Amino acid sequence: MNALNSYRAGPDERGHFGIFGGRYVAETLMPLILDLEKAYEAAKVDPAFKAELEKLNTHYAGRPSPLYFAERLTAELGGAKIYFKRDELNHTGSHKINNVLGQVLLAKRMGKTRVIAETGAGQHGVATATACALFNIPCVVFMGSVDVERQAPNVFRMKMLGAEVRPVTAGSATLKDAMNEALRDWVATVETTFYCIGTVAGPHPYPSMVRDFQSVIGKETREQMMAAEGRLPDTLVACIGGGSNAMGLFHPFLDDKDVRIIGVEAGGKGVHTGEHAASLTGGRPGVLHGNLTYLLQDSDGQITEAHSISAGLDYPGIGPEHAWLKDVGRVEYVSATDDEALAAFQKLSRVEGIIPALEPAHALAHVLKLAPSLPKNNLLVMNLCGRGDKDVFAVAERLGVKL
Amino acid sequence: MSRVTKRFEKLKAEGRAGLITYVTAGDPNLDVSYEILKGLPAAGADLIELGMPFTDPMADGPSIQAAGQRALKAGISMDRTFAMVRRFRAETRDEETPILLMGYYNMIYQRGAQKFCADAKAAGVDGFIIVDLPPEEADQLKPHAEANGLDTVLLTAPTTDAKRLPAVLKFASGFVYFVSVLGITGTKSSTAEAIQGHVARLRTQTKLPIGVGFGIRTPDQAADVARVADAAVVGSAIVERVKAGLDDKGAPKPDLLPGVFSYIRALSEGVRSARRS
Repeated sequence: MNALNSYRAGPDERGHFGIFGGRYVAETLMPLILDLEKAYEAAKVDPAFKAELEKLNTHYAGRPSPLYFAERLTAELGGAKIYFKRDELNHTGSHKINNVLGQVLLAKRMGKTRVIAETGAGQHGVATATACALFNIPCVVFMGSVDVERQAPNVFRMKMLGAEVRPVTAGSATLKDAMNEALRDWVATVETTFYCIGTVAGPHPYPSMVRDFQSVIGKETREQMMAAEGRLPDTLVACIGGGSNAMGLFHPFLDDKDVRIIGVEAGGKGVHTGEHAASLTGGRPGVLHGNLTYLLQDSDGQITEAHSISAGLDYPGIGPEHAWLKDVGRVEYVSATDDEALAAFQKLSRVEGIIPALEPAHALAHVLKLAPSLPKNNLLVMNLCGRGDKDVFAVAERLGVKL
Repeated sequence: MSRVTKRFEKLKAEGRAGLITYVTAGDPNLDVSYEILKGLPAAGADLIELGMPFTDPMADGPSIQAAGQRALKAGISMDRTFAMVRRFRAETRDEETPILLMGYYNMIYQRGAQKFCADAKAAGVDGFIIVDLPPEEADQLKPHAEANGLDTVLLTAPTTDAKRLPAVLKFASGFVYFVSVLGITGTKSSTAEAIQGHVARLRTQTKLPIGVGFGIRTPDQAADVARVADAAVVGSAIVERVKAGLDDKGAPKPDLLPGVFSYIRALSEGVRSARRS
């Protein structure tokens, strides 16, 4: 397949996926973003950089993560053969470490002396704080004050790891506001500071760089499925906030036209209620945080607040490559509600002995709906991108259990 | 010739630099915001930047963030912002003071660049300063702005090196806005020496007038800038005077307008006196 009819060729040299993506940032940042792009392009083809990253992935993060056949769940649902890509078993408990190790290595290579990050659920913050501890680089994590409250265990973890956590009270005090504040810090410190973005969004080259680091998920899945079943999977399912775990799983399969690919957004109280975080299902294209993508907004372009039980999906935007994949029809995007995710969270705990994070519980909620309707020989892979330890307090509260 | 260009020619003829004042449209409410806009030229503003409030103003510090929140709470919208400018032109008969809309690109994108430019022109707007539209994306706006005779003021920063500057200048018209500090609006100030060096560097590459902003808070600082640049831009410090004119419940006190205007008169006096000595 050549570049012209490939779904994997983007972005173009200006960072566009169709009309999406780009670099909508203040001029102060622009020269540094161009430097970052150059540094990343050089690192990407440098065997020493690749070798160092692979070494860290293997011996520090614990890759490859297993591809696990969920036999009991498969039997119970009576349809597709369900596999989990166990990225929740990575060091720090989610897929976020895949991207962070790459970016912090790059920061070191660029001679940056300070790293900043935004975080929602705290998983990206914990991963960044972890890598910064490992490389002995000062780290500041911006986190909405609402999230600081609902993800207290991760806040403590970041502090243990030596990072400074700055609560953000502006706006809705969640992930988007944390990102605003990180960008404000970066504009003032750009010469010494590396901004480690946690998802496949932001100005070019972040969406493709983060995708490249996360694609290890999909590459391993291909090999593992070939080894287990002798063929590629039929169906891929992943949850989507900004979309990094999904892009990591999907991207290596985009040109395999027989592989059905489904992204699951956070439907909150239901997309029809207006209280949700499903920007592809319920939003329109617009410009925020350095890129053009689908956003939740009013007719003037004011960003509206997202709602989700999952802090990691509580974001009114989405990575620009997902926006493009929706418009060209390569990937299906659906949503699951808070309640469906909560039910899935409990189900997986009991049936497979795995407590998932609330984020992949959204993907699982869709699997619970979809799998029974698929034939038994349909090989379905769901990215189990995070573990639920961080969520037990929030879920207990929601279920009315006092700890 | 655009109003912006005409105004800078007039300032040049008078042998002085100009004062550019930023206020947020709709802050603290629609009526008082209009009264502020209307009174700016008489208080000494040579050009006006009218901020389009945005929920997520990534390049702005706490003062302008709060002003935008007050305005959104008061019900500002793009239609109402255009209506404010239309009313200003109709009531004041001021056909000389340029009004530039300042803000973020999503406001333009949602209306569509073509319609936004046509609506802006019809309202009496003279151009745009769009914080998150670097030259890499500016080709979306430029043709429509040009077709309507609107200026696109691009920002340059201390990080904009000599190699990159021509790319920025290619899309710039009206004047060049030099962001004098690394950072967001209203948080820190540059030194007169550093500004002088940057302005001299810019002058070797452009004949456009140069305005300097971010971090100018006092008449003395405005005067320092006016000695070397063609205009001094003051935003956060003015917006803070608006806030100082509000009571505990956020309602405007009687001294709000006098407070804002006397501060602008002091800035204007600083700018006007700069080259006299």
